[in-house]
Amino acid sequence: MNKLKLITKGIIHENPTFVLLLGMCPTLGTTTSAINGMSMGIATMAVLILSNMTISMVKNIIPDKVRIPSFIVIIASFVTVVQLLMQAYLPALYETLGVFIPLIVVNCIILGRAEAFASKNRVGDSALDGLGIGLGFTMSLTLIGAVREILGSGSIFGFTFASQGMPLVFVLAPGAFLVLGYLMVLFNKFTAKKK
Amino acid sequence: MEFVFIIVGAIFVNNVVLSQFLGICPFLGVSNKVNTSVGMGAAVLFVMTIASIVVYLLQNYVLVPLGIEYMQTIVFILVIAALVQMVEIILKKLSPSLYQALGIFLPLITTNCAVLGVALLQVQKGYTMAESVVYSASTALGFALALVLFAGLRERLELNDVPESFRGIPIALITAGILALAFMGFSGVV
Repeated sequence: MNKLKLITKGIIHENPTFVLLLGMCPTLGTTTSAINGMSMGIATMAVLILSNMTISMVKNIIPDKVRIPSFIVIIASFVTVVQLLMQAYLPALYETLGVFIPLIVVNCIILGRAEAFASKNRVGDSALDGLGIGLGFTMSLTLIGAVREILGSGSIFGFTFASQGMPLVFVLAPGAFLVLGYLMVLFNKFTAKKK
Repeated sequence: MEFVFIIVGAIFVNNVVLSQFLGICPFLGVSNKVNTSVGMGAAVLFVMTIASIVVYLLQNYVLVPLGIEYMQTIVFILVIAALVQMVEIILKKLSPSLYQALGIFLPLITTNCAVLGVALLQVQKGYTMAESVVYSASTALGFALALVLFAGLRERLELNDVPESFRGIPIALITAGILALAFMGFSGVV
């Protein structure tokens, strides 16, 4: 597989949100606006790239039997680093995303990539894989956030175009399920036609 | 009275699945049949309640005195993983029938972000030991309630002719959205 494909596969063919259905909790929980979705995606991408690289580096030292707990410790360490950095430099964002930042640890995408890719491939490829899947995740989250923000609060990336009369329900919990559901329908239709 | 607020709040108003978005993977994954979702709900109730006690003790008697609260995420996830393993071993010895009933659901719980999420939230909210246990148990009950309701809906959906692009997860998500709308009716109760 060539390098470019490693990056692009995460965006459509192995899109973590719409195809693999991984990491659903932050996908629904943090996409109240485009900017929140994007920030969550980037935080997850950072952890994913770092953990993929580290796991790929130490894969030959770790005995097979304890690999899953070891992966979890590596991932949890990077999550703590991201958490502390955000708390220090982006306190407002840290407040908004709340409990979902430490919960990056249990995001199945990260452990999934560690097990399926990083534990079998070289450091460089693992980093690219993390970048690709992370980009796919970030784009999906930004898209869902943008749709919810446009429908629910009449703005996009914070720029308001309709200040009144928008159905607030799209920013609230039910809107998350509905928007993701309908976007998935569109994604299915689009990919089915291509085949 | 405070306990009543915590219980009603955790089960209905801030339902863990439908308004806080924790534990979505098992919610979508094992909600095909009512029977399995009852099993999953019971397993989560069991682990979440025990985890809340252990996490409370660890937070207040180990992490805080040593001044290493930043280790929270790492410590909690390891504790939960170890706890799930331990519960599995103990149940197998003590009550094989319960072990059989919970079956494959126990190992799945480690990856259920609701367990870690509730552990972190109870610390964040500054609950006492008793409040933490009540909060965790009611959250787990709320999880079980959402799961069983959703499984009932999905059993009926199976029998219907769903358009191709909607089949599987998309229609499940849209159904969950409508269920979440219904649960919004509880907001303002507490």
